[in-house]
Amino acid sequence: MSKVLPAPSEPSQSSGSKNKIRRKGIPEGLWLRCPGCNEAIFRKEMLRALNTCPECDHHFYVSAKDRIKQVLDDGTFVEWDSELHPADPLEFSDQKKYSDRIHSEQKRTGLREAALTGTGMVRARRVAFGVTDSAFIMGSMGSVVGEKLTRLIERAIEQNLPLIIVSGSGGGARMHEGILSLMQMAKVSAALAKYDAAGGLFISVLTNPTMGGVAASFASLGDLVFAEPKALIGFAGPRTIKATIGVELPEGFQTSEFLLEHGYIDRIVTREKLKSEIARAIDYCGK
Amino acid sequence: MPDQVLDFEQPIFDLKDQIVEFESASDDSAGSTEKLREMKRQLTELTKTIYGNLTPWQTVKVARHSDRPYTVDYLSLVFEEFVELHGDKFFGDDRAVRAGFAKLDGIKVMVIGHQKGRNLKERQESYFGCAHPEGYRKAMLKMRMAEKYGLPVICFIDTPGAYPGIGAEERGQAQVIAESMFEMSRLKTPIVCVVIGEGGSGGALGIGVGNKVAMLEHSYYSVISPEGCAGILWKNGRHAEKAADALKFTASYLKNFGVIDDVIEEPLGGAHCDHHSTAARMKSYLVKTLKSLAELSEEELVRDRYERFRKIGVFTEEATINPGTSD
Ligand SMILES: [Zn+2]
Repeated sequence: MSKVLPAPSEPSQSSGSKNKIRRKGIPEGLWLRCPGCNEAIFRKEMLRALNTCPECDHHFYVSAKDRIKQVLDDGTFVEWDSELHPADPLEFSDQKKYSDRIHSEQKRTGLREAALTGTGMVRARRVAFGVTDSAFIMGSMGSVVGEKLTRLIERAIEQNLPLIIVSGSGGGARMHEGILSLMQMAKVSAALAKYDAAGGLFISVLTNPTMGGVAASFASLGDLVFAEPKALIGFAGPRTIKATIGVELPEGFQTSEFLLEHGYIDRIVTREKLKSEIARAIDYCGK
Repeated sequence: MPDQVLDFEQPIFDLKDQIVEFESASDDSAGSTEKLREMKRQLTELTKTIYGNLTPWQTVKVARHSDRPYTVDYLSLVFEEFVELHGDKFFGDDRAVRAGFAKLDGIKVMVIGHQKGRNLKERQESYFGCAHPEGYRKAMLKMRMAEKYGLPVICFIDTPGAYPGIGAEERGQAQVIAESMFEMSRLKTPIVCVVIGEGGSGGALGIGVGNKVAMLEHSYYSVISPEGCAGILWKNGRHAEKAADALKFTASYLKNFGVIDDVIEEPLGGAHCDHHSTAARMKSYLVKTLKSLAELSEEELVRDRYERFRKIGVFTEEATINPGTSD
């Protein structure tokens, strides 16, 4: 799929974790400069505000694990399909072997793959919950992400659960697994069509960035589509579009606000309100 | 002589020139006739050798050949009749996607296909086969119509990718491709998809969710264009040839991955050398495939399509590995 440049380097650190894993492009230190307002902000305050800027509400990157803590009730998450592990069916190699890349990404992020799925409670409402981590190979979808999400959806059908998927993916469909990644888009979308026919409620939450094959599949198929403020969301990457049409892109192009204006998302929801907004929507839809 | 001769085809055309030259200069003697027969035999062998060993990058060039048969060529050569149905009844009529009723060996069908355009004017009006959201909306609308009246759907895939532009994003390119796969997955009528040239990522898959998916022998179907992949992973689009090797997107690989069901053989020298023979092979494939799908009930068709895509993917299940602990 089309791909975008990585989002501007953003601080990222597990709010609760003590181990200081230094992630790519992440400044460490007590203070950091907010790309939203350009102010120097106190890291601890940023973390306390769920990785948002206390000055301007800029939404920083959140890891999949932290997202689970933010959205689900404490200690309720039970992971599903954690044993799924990526393979290297193409024996793909660019400047680095894909198998080595997987290994280093696993080490760097502490994740086995770009998605975590399972079940948990949102203010005491049981849900099927999935989240992709944009730090793991750009949050791209290969066979494992596609399979995990499909199993999640199929279990949500069996157990009659509302489905929440929080997307963060600059990479879309993962190039390193070639056509198999592309096919995951159809697989997950087909599972969602089944879920829809079964009457399930799917709330899709878009975060920065949600692009390419992820945007062009499950992320856009929510009965309700929420987006965090100012997230980059779209099909083709801005760089690709610019190269194709040869003109500057308008201010605010492909942001959450742009999508809201054009009618593709239901609500822009700040991180602070995300949990309560999900709970309220579930109540409205009677699940 | 075709409009475009690919670099690796040059020896074939050189030999063809020699044959023409020899033919015009030679007499009708037994020796000349024998020599001519020998030259023609060599030509067949040479073409077989070259076309039997295409590299992935050469396959891309064949798939993009400007003389390659396009959707409209199949519409006139494969079907007895085509009645075009325009428009998405919402925004416009995307010329990169053609749709309409057609008759295939007496079977009434709905045909949807990407169209690239043969000359510059046609190419510009169809954005070189890159569909906008209205193209996918049109496709969905006509497919729902096919479902309502029990017509099987045939999709011809031939696109470098869905169009990357401001208007396309404003009108929901991502959402419409997602919705199209979603709707196709549960359409209660047979769907047969054939990649006839370029299967460019989401733009291809947007009309690619079929009960049967086939590829013409020298087409390719990929998650990303080789140039795009090279630009990202090799930081330079000039490494497209390397990316083409790495992506394993040719028909034989896809058949092994279980991503496609069938490979339709092209005439010797590629589809661009012989539209009629390519169309005849296409016709026989489509007729045979539709006949086999006609045996399935609506429920079976939907289940068959679901399961077809459900099983795609390669991964392992390892319960005990702790990521990042070993080197
Ligand atoms: Zn700020």
